[in-house]
Amino acid sequence: MNAVVIDAFAGAEVPQPDPNPAAEVKPMVRYKGVTKSFGDLQVLKGIDLEMQPGEKVAVIGPSGSGKTTMGRMLMTLEEPTEGTIEVDGELLWHMQEKGRLVRANEKHLHRMRCSVGMVFQHFNLFPHMSVLRNVTEAPRKVLGLSKEEAEERAVSMLGKVGLDDKLKMYPANLSGGQKQRVAIARALVMRPKVMVFDEVTSALDPELVGEVLEVIREIAEEGDMAMMLITHEMDFAKEIADRVIFGADGLIVEQGTPEEIFDNPRSERLQNFLQRFRSN
Amino acid sequence: MWDWNYVFDILPELLSALKMTVWVTLCAFVVALIIGLLLAFAARSQWKPVSLMTKGIIEFIRNTPLLVQVFFLYYSLPLLTGISIPAFYAGVIGLGLHYSTYLSEVYRSGIEGVPKGQWEAATALNYTKAQTWRSIILPQAVPPIIPVLGNYLIVMFKETPILCAITLVEMMLTAKNIVSQSFRAFEPYTLVGILFLIISYIASLLVQRLEKRMNLQRGK
Repeated sequence: MNAVVIDAFAGAEVPQPDPNPAAEVKPMVRYKGVTKSFGDLQVLKGIDLEMQPGEKVAVIGPSGSGKTTMGRMLMTLEEPTEGTIEVDGELLWHMQEKGRLVRANEKHLHRMRCSVGMVFQHFNLFPHMSVLRNVTEAPRKVLGLSKEEAEERAVSMLGKVGLDDKLKMYPANLSGGQKQRVAIARALVMRPKVMVFDEVTSALDPELVGEVLEVIREIAEEGDMAMMLITHEMDFAKEIADRVIFGADGLIVEQGTPEEIFDNPRSERLQNFLQRFRSN
Repeated sequence: MWDWNYVFDILPELLSALKMTVWVTLCAFVVALIIGLLLAFAARSQWKPVSLMTKGIIEFIRNTPLLVQVFFLYYSLPLLTGISIPAFYAGVIGLGLHYSTYLSEVYRSGIEGVPKGQWEAATALNYTKAQTWRSIILPQAVPPIIPVLGNYLIVMFKETPILCAITLVEMMLTAKNIVSQSFRAFEPYTLVGILFLIISYIASLLVQRLEKRMNLQRGK
């Protein structure tokens, strides 16, 4: 079921229609031979990964293993050096032009981004807007909703994250945990098909981590949105992920169910990583 | 030596010239604000020829004297193109264009002061480039630079006497005309200096208050 082909450097060839008609569920996300270099430094060395619709995938691994870069590519914040990424069956960073695969233009990226959302480690709320406007602005400007529709959606989403009593406040007056919950509401209100959570609790004081994880747990239980959880919270990953990916040195070293990864790690790297984590 | 009667004689004429001076300053400032922003955008263009050309234009304008530029606009441009510009417009364009190159730098600092995460959040919410500029970047980039912009307004105000060289009847030229009729230079030029001082000082107090308010707002 976890159809992951370790086929590094697949290159940027035109993807053929799946010859296997038995694969009726097409993946929501598919990385194929994705690499990323910053100058001489290669942070991703060939990633192949599929995420099914609604699947919750936790990505764990040491800092500098390229986890965040992987997520940022899906949000079109970072362009792959090689390889392709598909979202909902369509290429993200490339498009066909006269039968050739070319770099996607802004129009294509804009259309593709409708399916993807992201929550950042440092929240990135808009400091000059109230909580309510942080959440209504994009639905109005980008989705073209009316003020009333946008506010209705925003208030119900802010209710879900427990902040519908803070509509008029500004981000500067919120705690870190509250800020992150607003950021989650802001991303959710766009109704993406897949959402990247990039170390969303790493910048929080320890006592505020719980409230944010609780919100994410509730979203995960609702089920229909695929989630890529880049995280250092092992217990949390174990609890809500359908599948856990362990990445190190720019490669996916091991993956499997939470039980396989946390209880029966096969590779030495993962064993060492988990051990170091537990001893902390 | 100092003749008060003479002072009160010439004051109304100087005050009406002061109105012209303030008006030309404000118009030039609006030109500088708009062109400065456009230059800041163009200098950031990802398209290398545009950004390089823009930076070239900025350097060129900054490194030639304002006086030479307004002379060129008023006296040479009509010879080259056949279009003659009235002194007022030549002054507004000359002063505005000159200071737009400085304001573009001010805008740049404001824009670069907006954290990268704001751009990324805008991308993640699928804002277009134009929407990102309008509702995310500029609303955060401009407030912190308002005091600096205000200081440039004062500097521009004090530069207006240059425009008497292209026969724009502002305070300096008015004083000069008075002197050429009465042959008394002491009072007119001193008055011009005092009027500049009063207006500039009031304006700088306003800028200081604005700055304090902005700091309070950002510190909240």
